[in-house]
Amino acid sequence: MYIVYLIVYGFILTAVLGLVASWVDRKVTARVQYRKGPPFFQPWYDIIKLLGKETIIPKQSSKAMFVMAPLLGFSAVVMVSTLLWANNNNLFNSFLGDIIVIVYLLAIPSIAIMMGGFASGNPLARIGASREMKLLLGYELPFILAILVPIIKSGFSLKLADILSFQAQNGAFALQASGILALVVLVLCVQAKLGLVPFDIPEAETEIIAGPLVEYSGAGLAVFRLMKHMLLFTLPFFLIILFLGGMKFEGITILYSVLKYVAILVVITVIRNTNPRLRIDQAMRFFWGPVTGIAVIAVVLAVIGW
Amino acid sequence: MAKSVIPIGPFHPLQEEPEFFTLTVDGEMVVDIDVAIGYNHRGIEKLSEMKTFDQSTFLIERICGICSTSHPFAYTRAVEDIIPVEVPERAKYIRTIIAEGERIHSHLLWLALAGHFLGYNTVYMWVWKLREEILDVMEILSGNRNNYAMFKPGGVRRDIKAEDIPVVAKKIDSIIPTVNRLKKAILDDPVLHARLKGIGILTKEEALDYCALGPTSRASGVAKDVRKDAPYGAYDQVEWDMIVTENGDVWDKAVIRILETYESIKIVKHCLTNLPDGEIDLNIKDIPPGEGIGAHEAPRGETFHYVRSDGTNRPARHKVRAPTFMNLPTCKATVPGYTVSDATIILAAIDPCYCCTERVAVVDTKGKQMYNAQDLIRLSQEKTQSLKRKMGIK
Repeated sequence: MYIVYLIVYGFILTAVLGLVASWVDRKVTARVQYRKGPPFFQPWYDIIKLLGKETIIPKQSSKAMFVMAPLLGFSAVVMVSTLLWANNNNLFNSFLGDIIVIVYLLAIPSIAIMMGGFASGNPLARIGASREMKLLLGYELPFILAILVPIIKSGFSLKLADILSFQAQNGAFALQASGILALVVLVLCVQAKLGLVPFDIPEAETEIIAGPLVEYSGAGLAVFRLMKHMLLFTLPFFLIILFLGGMKFEGITILYSVLKYVAILVVITVIRNTNPRLRIDQAMRFFWGPVTGIAVIAVVLAVIGW
Repeated sequence: MAKSVIPIGPFHPLQEEPEFFTLTVDGEMVVDIDVAIGYNHRGIEKLSEMKTFDQSTFLIERICGICSTSHPFAYTRAVEDIIPVEVPERAKYIRTIIAEGERIHSHLLWLALAGHFLGYNTVYMWVWKLREEILDVMEILSGNRNNYAMFKPGGVRRDIKAEDIPVVAKKIDSIIPTVNRLKKAILDDPVLHARLKGIGILTKEEALDYCALGPTSRASGVAKDVRKDAPYGAYDQVEWDMIVTENGDVWDKAVIRILETYESIKIVKHCLTNLPDGEIDLNIKDIPPGEGIGAHEAPRGETFHYVRSDGTNRPARHKVRAPTFMNLPTCKATVPGYTVSDATIILAAIDPCYCCTERVAVVDTKGKQMYNAQDLIRLSQEKTQSLKRKMGIK
């Protein structure tokens, strides 16, 4: 049963939905900017074309790490989405502490990008990787604080199933004050986790070309790209499970589920199109200052039962 | 922490032209910067000596696509300075209209690219769309979106038709609300404030020391503008203000360019409504021996041309000094002490144009530079000495 979830849901369905989501993101961005935008299958073409290209491993790199990094990040994302789908579809698939596992696994894509950047031995990639590390340190604290809110709300349960069933009985957490604040914090953290403007500091095209990915080509780059596309689906899905009561696929509720996801995607796209890139020290100050403050307020509100 | 080197260029997504900045960094902090140009030298000055005065205008226009009016403007003024003649009033007005139209589209282009360098691609695309309007105006006036081919020594090549004037005036008016909205969106954005204010400060003393030109100097409080200092064209017959700010940071440079766009719109509209009647061309046939200089305030600063004639129909010597040549060294004063993220926007803030600036660089087959600045000065002095000996001057 788990192997089905791993291959069918965790990999294939998430990859397909992630590629569609990335097309939606690109198309909306293009329309906002008076451009025409890519055709529907463009993300697919990109990945397939990259897979067919030669993989160049730079001489000065540490080869094993360089090749392993994309696979590590990719497999972490597949694991996360498998866990999320398994919980969302059948509450009995949950186990104690799966939310902790997910938080850990969600840090791995960033770590994989860092590994690849440092392993490639390029000065630009090194700068990008060190920026990625700083950014990770910045957003991880408010990210975990905000995740505490649904845990507290559902009676201090570390099981996704409990959070989902609590919401099914008492309404989504996003309808309460603490839930709204935590969701705002998490959307900002997701923006940074996805590496989108204003937090695309590690990749900053016009500053350090592509940052950690500068030496990647061919299959390695394709896997990193696919990982990012899948994260574009997985992270909002995680938020939907935590705050919006998960996704249901029976009858008319399909429409409702799609609406939840599209709403979060649109918010992410709008943020990315209405902001310039921050500097890394400004991003750190932003996450450790106001964002952590809001997260702490949300946790306090959750404890006193708002 | 060990210092390492970050290369920007010769091929880099930051700036489309080949140039090479070597940033010595300590962590993210830039401690030193070195600039190398000479990747795209085309020998325009030498080519110009092989063409007639009229043909050279065509060539000079192609030094740079964005300053395609500034160079011919300065060049034709230099040639007219040899004779010397004053061009007819109508030609002066037409030249002013074309030059200011170019300034509008160049400043908008910079604004768009600055947005792109900051990762603000929405501003990039929106300004690009706005710029289309002004390119349409230029097409109506000259027949071309760029490289207008309007200039010739002694006047202009094409007249502005009376029936085009209302159409153009309407189109120019139509961009003002969009520029207003853009100005508000940019000047009110808190993130842009955070990114641009207090970054890459060029003090007034440094601006004077480095002989900075154009918006780069005016942002540092140096009121320097050829259009005001030594008026030419129709600039002394139009009411307009020189925009000067005091701080010298990237923010002020952006503000100056946005506000100058309004002044340019004002000048174009005034010239269109008050276009005098009369000839547009003097039909100059012969250029006497002699030398002349011509200057024009290009969007990036003062463009300067020197032309020497020996009585034939070709320039004996033609020298081009583009504004970026003076503005580029200011990065030595502005970039160190800021992070790599800031360095990119500081470098872009002078609105660099390398194809105008290109100087020859002598390299061997391995790509190593054979002469440095001292060597070139020595070679130049030796050449002058040998010329003096040949001509019998002590």
